[in-house]
Amino acid sequence: MGKQLLLEHVNVPGIEKLDVYRAHGGYKALEKALRMKPDALVEEVKKSGLRGRGGAGFPTGMKWSFLAKPEGVPRHLVCNADESEPGTFKDRYLMSHLPHLLVEGMIVSSFALGANTSYIYIRGELLYVYHILEKAIAEAYAAGLLGKNILGSGYDLDLYVQPGGGAYICGEETALIESLEGKRGNPRIKPPFPAVAGVWGRPTVVNNVETIAATVPIVNMGGEEYAKIGVGKSTGTKLISACGHINKPGVYEIELGLPVEEFLNSDQYCGGVKSGRKLKAVVAGGSSVPILPADLILTTAKGEPRLMSYESLADGGFQTGTMLGSGGFIVLDETASVVKNLWNFTRFYHHESCGQCSPCREGTGWMEKVLHRIVEGHGKPEDIDLLWDIQSKIDGKTICPLGDAASWPVASAIRHFRAEFEEYIKHPEKIKDVKHYYSVRNQTAPVA
Amino acid sequence: MSKEYKFSDETLALAQRIIKRYPEGKQKSALLPLLHLAQMEFDGWLSAPAMDYVASLLKIQPIEVYEVASFYTMFNLKPAGKCLIEVCRTGPCWLLGAEDIVKHIEKKLNIKEGETTPDGMFTLKTVECLAACGTAPIIQVGETYHENMTCEKVDEMLNDYKSKGERKTHFDKKHVNANQH
Ligand SMILES: Cc1cc2nc3c(=O)[nH]c(=O)nc-3n(C[C@H](O)[C@H](O)[C@H](O)COP(=O)(O)O)c2cc1C
Ligand code: FES
Repeated sequence: MGKQLLLEHVNVPGIEKLDVYRAHGGYKALEKALRMKPDALVEEVKKSGLRGRGGAGFPTGMKWSFLAKPEGVPRHLVCNADESEPGTFKDRYLMSHLPHLLVEGMIVSSFALGANTSYIYIRGELLYVYHILEKAIAEAYAAGLLGKNILGSGYDLDLYVQPGGGAYICGEETALIESLEGKRGNPRIKPPFPAVAGVWGRPTVVNNVETIAATVPIVNMGGEEYAKIGVGKSTGTKLISACGHINKPGVYEIELGLPVEEFLNSDQYCGGVKSGRKLKAVVAGGSSVPILPADLILTTAKGEPRLMSYESLADGGFQTGTMLGSGGFIVLDETASVVKNLWNFTRFYHHESCGQCSPCREGTGWMEKVLHRIVEGHGKPEDIDLLWDIQSKIDGKTICPLGDAASWPVASAIRHFRAEFEEYIKHPEKIKDVKHYYSVRNQTAPVA
Repeated sequence: MSKEYKFSDETLALAQRIIKRYPEGKQKSALLPLLHLAQMEFDGWLSAPAMDYVASLLKIQPIEVYEVASFYTMFNLKPAGKCLIEVCRTGPCWLLGAEDIVKHIEKKLNIKEGETTPDGMFTLKTVECLAACGTAPIIQVGETYHENMTCEKVDEMLNDYKSKGERKTHFDKKHVNANQH
């Protein structure tokens, strides 16, 4: 097992309580941070090389330095706890087991950014976690870690949690801001970026739960030490949520740079493909990232071992690579059908499209219909090219990246598994062996 | 006689605390949490008068509430059974047998997805990834996640809810007095 910077104490009984968390070194980073200058904290985060853990991997220190600081205008830190990317369940794990790690990270980060009111936006389905966070926050207030004059430093911070109402799109940062303002989750056109005009038009930083939690070890150990962990521009540790056809699904903290093969097969992590079956494909970073067949997930096209890092997973671009994304690692064994799985994901994106942009609203629906007729045994030979054409007309043509997220799985499945599409179209009877379920409520009839 | 839509004193106090979490003039921001409270208070769904009441608390137009309530999947705009059984139907859960779970519940309760049992006890709904794919298949009822579900565990779960006969909502009543700040 590599270094455990976030999950070291996750199994300590009672770690969700303030006294136990403190007895294990909790709030030391806050004490240290409050003795520093906010700008020096931003510098530490820059030096650490920390990149956003929500999916896009944008350097956190740089994002923080873009925050506008006009005189007399309050600014806000908003934590993105919407975690809805299929295959991703690390933030729920972190928040429910280590609520004070997130609360401490929020105080440290808010201080660095000069925010006096911060919010954690958590997806509504996780109301039980909302109450865990509320409890931790109440404890922090009672101990003088939140509220006025925190630990005698003169710094004031109020921290609140807000539940969403069930909508994947609210994980997109501008949709999240709209939702926090009590509106429908329609993403905004950028610019202006949230750093200039975010929640209530005020300068806002939106960061993922894990990103904010990572500031705690960064402050404790110093940015330079943190940057020594990992490989190249992928510094530090990353939470990976592993699921699908593996022996040991769960959340693992890895040092970035761990070989994919070790992550998949070692008993410390996934423990190998379930029941000794063969690996077929992996969706390495949440449902949105390109799916890769077994050979390409384990080795790059150049023949090098593939590593769990931003760069190595992306090696080869979309032709032969993928993305680290949110760290949702979904494994498909030889019994799974890539085409049926794709239909399921495409149905998801169609259901979750907010409907603002025509290419996404209509295109995801068309892709779902075409895929549906293929999995129902009515596919036509020209459907594969039709799907390719539709996805290419969504990618990059929408206000927010949900459109891209819907098109990449389609493009990559066709790129690497064209033969499976062709087989289903030629031999519809083969589909019967693979189970699938579809919802009547949201199902569109097959296109004639 | 028409039902009166008004929060209990305790829930109203919580709603007022939540509204204060946002800056002056931005009280509309409290809309989503208040809709969860309304669903908890008013039998698990949001009727037009229930939403009008929320609008009055926030001093906004009813239409501003309707357009938001209809956007998010957790808000029920029709009456639902006491226990809304939400089965995750997204890729990872489905790879591990969510389809069988849904079919089993449909057979057991003799309803289809989206329907409510005649006794008003259960409504079956399928939902998208609940961020718990490592313990798939997942069913959510109220605030509770039921993990690693099998048909046998479904039977136990249904019997348990039925024998208790309580209404389950996402915002569970037991938390109303929890946080006073
Ligand atoms: C459709 C969509 C859904 C997203 N969902 C999430 C999410 O659930 N959690 C998250 O942290 N970021 C999500 N993001 C990314 C956010 O827009 C944003 O980049 C992120 O919160 C920034 O935080 P970070 O820099 O700390 O990663 C999503 C983006 C898109 C386009
Ligand atoms: S797919 Fe069901 S919880 Fe993620």
